[in-house]
Amino acid sequence: MSVNAPPRPKPETEHPSGDPRFKLIDRTLKRLQHRQDSLIEVLHTAQEAFGYLDDDVLIYAAQQLKLPLSWVYGVATFYHFFSLKPGGEHTCIVCLGTACYVKKSGEILAALEKEFGIKPGQTTADKKLSLAQARCVGSCGLAPVVVIDGGVHGREMANETVARVRAALAHVAAPAAGEPAA
Amino acid sequence: MNRIELQAIADKEIERQQELKCRVLCCASTACLSSGGQEVRKALQDELKAAGLTKDVQVVATGCKGLCSRGPVVEVTGPAQERVLYANVTAEAAQQIVRQHLVGGQPVNDYRLDADSPFFTKQVRVVLSNSGIVDPERIEDYIARQGYAALGHALREMTPEEVCLAIRRSGLRGRGGAGYATGLKWDLVRKADGRDKYVIANGDEGDPGAYMDRTLMESDPHRVLEGMALAGYAVGAEQGFLYVRGEYPLAVKRLERAIKAAERQGVLGSRIFDSNFNFRVDIRIGAGAFVCGEETALMSSIMGRRGEPRPRPPYPAQSGLWNSPTLINNVETFGNIAPIILNGPEWYAAMGTEKSKGTKIFALTGNVNNTGLIEVPMGITLREIVFEIGGGIPDGRTFKAAQTGGPSGGCIPAEYLDTPVDYESLTALGSMMGSGGLIVMDDQTSMVDVAKFYMEFCMDESCGKCVPCRVGTAQMHRLLSRLIAGEASAADLATLEELCRMVKALSLCGLGQSAPNPILSTLKYFRAEYEARLKSGAAHGAPSQEAA
Ligand SMILES: Cc1cc2nc3c(=O)[nH]c(=O)nc-3n(C[C@H](O)[C@H](O)[C@H](O)COP(=O)(O)O)c2cc1C
Repeated sequence: MSVNAPPRPKPETEHPSGDPRFKLIDRTLKRLQHRQDSLIEVLHTAQEAFGYLDDDVLIYAAQQLKLPLSWVYGVATFYHFFSLKPGGEHTCIVCLGTACYVKKSGEILAALEKEFGIKPGQTTADKKLSLAQARCVGSCGLAPVVVIDGGVHGREMANETVARVRAALAHVAAPAAGEPAA
Repeated sequence: MNRIELQAIADKEIERQQELKCRVLCCASTACLSSGGQEVRKALQDELKAAGLTKDVQVVATGCKGLCSRGPVVEVTGPAQERVLYANVTAEAAQQIVRQHLVGGQPVNDYRLDADSPFFTKQVRVVLSNSGIVDPERIEDYIARQGYAALGHALREMTPEEVCLAIRRSGLRGRGGAGYATGLKWDLVRKADGRDKYVIANGDEGDPGAYMDRTLMESDPHRVLEGMALAGYAVGAEQGFLYVRGEYPLAVKRLERAIKAAERQGVLGSRIFDSNFNFRVDIRIGAGAFVCGEETALMSSIMGRRGEPRPRPPYPAQSGLWNSPTLINNVETFGNIAPIILNGPEWYAAMGTEKSKGTKIFALTGNVNNTGLIEVPMGITLREIVFEIGGGIPDGRTFKAAQTGGPSGGCIPAEYLDTPVDYESLTALGSMMGSGGLIVMDDQTSMVDVAKFYMEFCMDESCGKCVPCRVGTAQMHRLLSRLIAGEASAADLATLEELCRMVKALSLCGLGQSAPNPILSTLKYFRAEYEARLKSGAAHGAPSQEAA
């Protein structure tokens, strides 16, 4: 298959649902001239807009880029960043990179698992919290590190993190809130 | 833009800075921001306003100063001012710094950091020379420190061949792990036939425990862009891609701004420095897959596909992106280019050892007092890094091993602390230079656990394309788990060693080829720890049920 095809004219069809979030995808498609090799960027946009990639979104991306759905699915499932399931309202990511591992971030993860009854990759039944582990968030000087709703917290202790997550769930200010990474 | 205009921008910025009484440089990298850097900056600004000093004192958000464990770090500097560094600054401390130091002229000793401590004096900052000093979001600040002067010089005074030659003579080797001679690679791409050529900066930085590339991109994005543009000129490419790890949103934001600013100033884009050279840079954001740091997988990912490696040859220099000749270098490698062109290859080659020239950035982490980012001359010993720069092991514990090279590297025990850090010496010890993660482990760390930790990483990150890596890593992980559970026999250990050799020899790409290294190196130096975990009695040759 030719992934280096010349720019294609924009197909007329928009997404029938009229969901405005598809407009964001359309914008990325337009910016990258519907090139088939822009698939990953289209998926990045979609994931940002929807929070995850459901079947509808994958089918839409496949149609717009004139790629087989299996190809799109293959790419979406290859990368850790893309999730095919909706996440919880809040996320807590525990870094398990080497520096964090040496500083015992595993104990933080275990405490969270125990407290909230979920494993990394899972979401609580009430859809409030998703727990995840990261390979390395690149803040190794502050190990062990957790990222709660985008805010990086360094030199954590298990009980501190549990308190922070509780606070995030209760929508009250967490102690000494960190800075959003973006 | 021409070189006279560039100089004019530099002069104007230098003049502006000299007119200030002083500047307060606040680290605004991810690490310091997450320890409260933003609040500190705001407190400084508010307090300066209250003191009526906003005209004389400027607060600058800079990149990383390296001592991440003591953040937020703040530096006071000025034309008629002794340079003063502060660590662990809080909002209250910031107010005190303004009142007592900036207004009263008396540094606040409680927060003062000794700038003459080995952490600073043992470092040599070439790639990071601007890091923590310039505002990464202001191109003028970069230009005032000779930014884009190397590009202007090369485009006017040097042929592409001469640029390649300069890089070759400098002795620079790739900082992404393998240490391939950079100038040779550039020459290969320069000589390759192809109408379209590409330059890629590898900013995927997948090694857990490493954040050198992140820091460089966040702290001095123009340095990377200038290096890429010089490479584009040298090899004959007009398009560059910067592949940045998805976990680094701040780096992406700063690079995007830097590219826009550089295009506005005419140091990127069309007809750069009024020459015939055009060069554009696009950012591609990774989507979380360690294997995408491998060059062929990375190119596949840039083309929107699954990031699976392919056999080499053909090497990217012959057939890379869209089958065109492609130069791919690590972000830190690009960070070395402008200084080499400006100061000459001889200056660069005077640093380091015979075969490893220049400096290397390390992320010094783990069980060590001063964790952070350091840049040291090649050939420095591990002992100097851990005990002088790093300030030794905390909590009264002792040094057990230093891990370099991430999941492809190994653990170096205490008896080799005096080994010079260069490509060959580390490889000879069964580890490798890698991209620059240096994790210090104290006597409480179990080496078998560490080996399992890395194997779990490799197992999860194996892309699955080739069998030795996909199945081999899973089997090695299973054997290590059994060992740790006390269920393994001596025969299991023998199987593990055999698997190590097999996976190393037969895997398709570097991921599998190097995945056994953490086991092999810990077996080499800490074999007793493995044997102590064997099913009781098995270590002494007692027959084991499974062994039959
Ligand atoms: C599994 C694997 C992961 C890699 N990850 C990176 C990485 O994160 N960053 C990097 O620059 N090089 C990485 N490399 C090395 C690249 O393939 C390539 O050699 C390098 O980018 C070349 O740049 P250099 O010559 O400047 O070092 C990786 C290699 C392998 C096998």
